[in-house]
Amino acid sequence: MSALRTAQDVADGERSASEVVAESFRAIDQRDAEIHAFLTLQREQALGEAEALDVRITNGENVGPLAGVPIGIKDNMCQIGEVTSCASRILEGWRPPYDATVITKLKAAGAIAVGKTNMDEFAMGSSTENSAFGVTRNPHDPEKVPGGSSGGSAAAVAASMVPLSLGSDTGGSIRQPAALCGVVGVKPTYGLVSRYGLVAFASSLDQIGPFANNVEDAALLLEVIAGHDPKDSTSLNQPAPSLVAHLDHGVRGLRIGICSDLLQGASDDVATAVAQAAAVLQGAGAELSEISIPELGLGLSAYYLIAPAEASSNLARYDGVRYGLRVDGDDVTAMNTRSRTAGFGDEVKRRIMLGTYALSAGYYDAYYGQAQRARTLIIQAFAKAYGSVDLILGATTPTTAFGIGEKSGDPLAMYQSDICTIPTNLAGHPALSVPFGKGVDQMPIGVQLLGPTLSEQRLFQAARVIEQGAPA
Amino acid sequence: MSENPTSLSEEDVRHVARLARLTLSDDEVGRFTEQLRGVLDLAADLEALNLDGIEPTAHPSELSNVLRTDEVVASLNQDAVFAAAPKIIDHRFSVPKIVGDAP
Repeated sequence: MSALRTAQDVADGERSASEVVAESFRAIDQRDAEIHAFLTLQREQALGEAEALDVRITNGENVGPLAGVPIGIKDNMCQIGEVTSCASRILEGWRPPYDATVITKLKAAGAIAVGKTNMDEFAMGSSTENSAFGVTRNPHDPEKVPGGSSGGSAAAVAASMVPLSLGSDTGGSIRQPAALCGVVGVKPTYGLVSRYGLVAFASSLDQIGPFANNVEDAALLLEVIAGHDPKDSTSLNQPAPSLVAHLDHGVRGLRIGICSDLLQGASDDVATAVAQAAAVLQGAGAELSEISIPELGLGLSAYYLIAPAEASSNLARYDGVRYGLRVDGDDVTAMNTRSRTAGFGDEVKRRIMLGTYALSAGYYDAYYGQAQRARTLIIQAFAKAYGSVDLILGATTPTTAFGIGEKSGDPLAMYQSDICTIPTNLAGHPALSVPFGKGVDQMPIGVQLLGPTLSEQRLFQAARVIEQGAPA
Repeated sequence: MSENPTSLSEEDVRHVARLARLTLSDDEVGRFTEQLRGVLDLAADLEALNLDGIEPTAHPSELSNVLRTDEVVASLNQDAVFAAAPKIIDHRFSVPKIVGDAP
């Protein structure tokens, strides 16, 4: 189901938005009891919006580039009146009084939100097993994880419940589940998409981006959600990039570096897929070279100090006062403490404590300060690499999807699954994951393309070439 | 680098939990201490680096103050905001007593 074609058909009156949305709910009803990609559905709201859209189309109105396209929204993006829980007990049942900017833009483009998707609590995790409301299963094998933290959004697209969904990527939370579920996932340049209404995890790293079944649909969705937003002071003063119109410009003459540091620890089948993707790019006229950026090896440890430090500060707002869970206590500190203790899950507590420690007197410079300096090294190393290549190719994840329960007891093993995706976030750069064949276990493999700030147009062109050359 | 972080103790974990307004059972203190030590051990590669003279990066883009024209615009609807509050009294957030009795 192509989102682009669906939108064209709806706009041309070939199909009604109501029919398209009803079909999406039928697919959800058929598969989601098993997969559990969605935490909540917005059936009446979505069907009502679709009917209203159909009336406008009948009246000859142009209703936007995503006319009638059903979309899943990760449960950390605010939507007026719809429960936005971040898969956490502390926000269970919370209905935001405002729309995130991405929601406003989707509505203006004619897209129809069908529900909120499951995730690791507060986007902290790599398997969606940290959701307070149950795990999501990988549509390719229900005994495997879909990846995380945007596992519900990836699984919903992979299981053809919706053609599009939104995720957020702080250390790989879009690209990693996209790879494990066999769909396209994009982490845009930091600041290209407004974070207004995205529940904050690590503000200097968080970025919203698209999931889709193909590169073209992902490009279309990114065009819709990108652009400057006065409500987000970190949003770049840039217009939305033109991506779909430039998709087929190819890669002739483009310099692409295969980065050995983004293959470390990769299983044989993943490494083979990256080599084959490189051959596809070379066959299409790109100039391939092998590069090494050893500084990327510092990414994991820098990230697991910086992200928890920012999270410990951001999550201080959950105090039982203005919204969310309150557990009463004799004084205000007891009320705060009881609410937080009852509301947060283990991984969130771990990261809050880690961040609090890394920021505390006596340790600040040794941990947080040192991690921030390592971040500078990584940014400088990327800048040097982009002096001689236009894009970088590597693995998205070291392996295909792992089993449910396989790593959930061992946070460190879980963190390792982000090793190839983290450096991009630290640098604020864009990167995407494109499906490329299957592993020996018949599970999907994703290859990752990275580029410098605002190189989205080039990234999508190369991704399109890889997609067209991928094994069937 | 001035400090040399020592291995995280159970007392450290109790301390940061208190700072972060979390209560941990004794079992949790043991488990979290071990897990957090593991993450901090991961950071040993950073501790070993000499990064003197490298500027820290707090944010990926060049941040500066963002100003807007001083115009009155609509803000969130008060009733909608209070509708999400766990406890309100007369259009105010209600919390347990903060100020103690006079000594």
